[in-house]
Amino acid sequence: MGRPTSRTVSLGALFLAGCTVVYVLPAFISSFRAQQFAYVGIYLIALIGLNILTGYTGQISLGHGAFMAIGGYTTGILISDQGLQIAGHTFSNDLKDVWTIPIAAVVAGAAGFLFGLPALRLSGLYLALATFAIAVSAPAVLKKFETFTGGGTGINLFGIKGLTGSISGVHVFGHKLDFYDWLYYLSWTIALVLLAVAWLLLRGRIGRAFRAVRDSETAAASSGVSLATYKTLAFAVSAAYAGVAGALYAIANTYVNPDTFPITLSIFLLVGVVVGGLGTLSGLVVGAVLVQFLPLWSQEVSKSPGAPAVVYGVILIAIMLALPGGVAGLLRRVRPLARRLYTRPR
Amino acid sequence: MPVAFVFSEFGQQVVSGLASGSVYAALALALVIIHRSTGVINFAQGEMAMFATYIAWTLDVNHGFPFWGAFFATLAISFVGGVAIQRAVIAPIQGASVLTIVIVTIGLILVLNGAATWLWTGEVRAFHSPFPTRTVDVGGVAISLQDVGTLAVVVGAVAALWAFFRFTKLGLALRAAAVNPDASRLVGVRVGWMLALGWGLAAMLGAVAGMLTAPTVFLDPQMMQAILIYAFAAAVLGGIDSPIGAIVGGLSLGVGLNLIGTYAEIDVWFVHVNLTAAELRLPIALFVILVVLLVRPAGLFGKPVVKKI
Repeated sequence: MGRPTSRTVSLGALFLAGCTVVYVLPAFISSFRAQQFAYVGIYLIALIGLNILTGYTGQISLGHGAFMAIGGYTTGILISDQGLQIAGHTFSNDLKDVWTIPIAAVVAGAAGFLFGLPALRLSGLYLALATFAIAVSAPAVLKKFETFTGGGTGINLFGIKGLTGSISGVHVFGHKLDFYDWLYYLSWTIALVLLAVAWLLLRGRIGRAFRAVRDSETAAASSGVSLATYKTLAFAVSAAYAGVAGALYAIANTYVNPDTFPITLSIFLLVGVVVGGLGTLSGLVVGAVLVQFLPLWSQEVSKSPGAPAVVYGVILIAIMLALPGGVAGLLRRVRPLARRLYTRPR
Repeated sequence: MPVAFVFSEFGQQVVSGLASGSVYAALALALVIIHRSTGVINFAQGEMAMFATYIAWTLDVNHGFPFWGAFFATLAISFVGGVAIQRAVIAPIQGASVLTIVIVTIGLILVLNGAATWLWTGEVRAFHSPFPTRTVDVGGVAISLQDVGTLAVVVGAVAALWAFFRFTKLGLALRAAAVNPDASRLVGVRVGWMLALGWGLAAMLGAVAGMLTAPTVFLDPQMMQAILIYAFAAAVLGGIDSPIGAIVGGLSLGVGLNLIGTYAEIDVWFVHVNLTAAELRLPIALFVILVVLLVRPAGLFGKPVVKKI
């Protein structure tokens, strides 16, 4: 790699500025808001993962909520009071929630890899159909295997030993944080690290291969890009991101049950990616903010529980019809326009 | 414990499987019609059916329509609604990427589901059936009249649709527009409107499926979600482009799921396999979808797709 380009430098500066904003923010907001923003960070992680798969590699997933469920249940089972018992050996109880996050990533990533194998044979609409069916049937499967998942009631995590700070707060580097501030820092630290990882992954050889697969499978294959390798890789990485998001989601909710991960979650994630911009990372924060806050904002329009879905749906269709690039695409279109306004014509 | 085989029970399961299967078949046929004409898998087909069923419910309960009056009025409204949806949001993206099309139909799911919750609240409501709930005894098998009625209505709807496609000029134009849009345009078929008409017909079929399901599963905004998955499984099983496949797929899925739900509790070697739980109905349908797509993507009756590069 040669010298960093000016684009790389300015992106790095922007990233550091973003990190600074994220880290000083809790000083200015209530811990109630901090909790809400913690969810934004969690959604951001899931959106990055989904965008790697759908936006960059062109493989539609309508079932990312199911991969989040795998991550969430991994964490839930590992730290719950009952503990996971395999062949008489009880895991957990001594395991802290934070350490289950990488395990959740690995488990969900493995599930994504395994699903990626048959998915190789499914293209376009069929993949959408299969992932949709997975998301719809996931809650039923979770209810069925109740020895592991606690059935319909799920697993409670509040107040148990493995869950950091749910009752008494957390001490980090000599600072005392309450549970919600702790959640905020935890999810945003992980989100920013994973954002940087995704950027590094996508700017190089692998990212180029992903985009080649998306733009034309035939052209990619004939240029020596292995479809099998890169599609399964995209599935695995994407699912691992979803797994991390799911684990954090379980921790932030302090419980997991089958209704934590409904089909609407998968759909809202897709809305977030589309709003943020398919195939870009920069707009995803806007998508994540939307996923978290739109249900609250739409309560202003109507108190009906149906209102958020209508607003989401209208936004989704309007963007696809009028603004297929999402927020990032809008910025890209507005920037030259602004430049033209500020420079005088000769 | 494996269930002992009793013929009357077997017969009952088959008949009620045919009834629920006919509902899956109707919705699957709607999916097939749309896929044949516009190349889209309409993820909102179930929600469109749910919305239509709410309209029927309102006509029945709030406006005092008799059942069949509400039924046919709903069919007319669904037809107009289907055409309108195609013209408003599907036509502008005709020929766009698969991702765009899928996302727009997902948007429709959200709008219709949210609007139904908004207008009629999420409360579960009873939807009364036009058929009596009693059973008749045929050769030792107790057959529910509701099942017979459901099957008869679907058969009637499918036969009417078949006659329309087979014997009317409009039906011919519709088929032509689906098979070869460019050539049909040259001979004066208004292809855009034919595609919209296809959506209208599919919406009507969906409405039939919804109104026949609602008496048994009750009416709520989520009621068609599972049925849509069964319809997907039926359409994929029969071949997504094959109308006959959709019907055969739907009926065999309905019967198959019922029989698995009754008898699939067996000992394979030393492993006790029990697939009879109600929670496993959906995962089994998912399994059918995956297996068919992997082993024989064209389904039972479909033609394999050959893509030119």
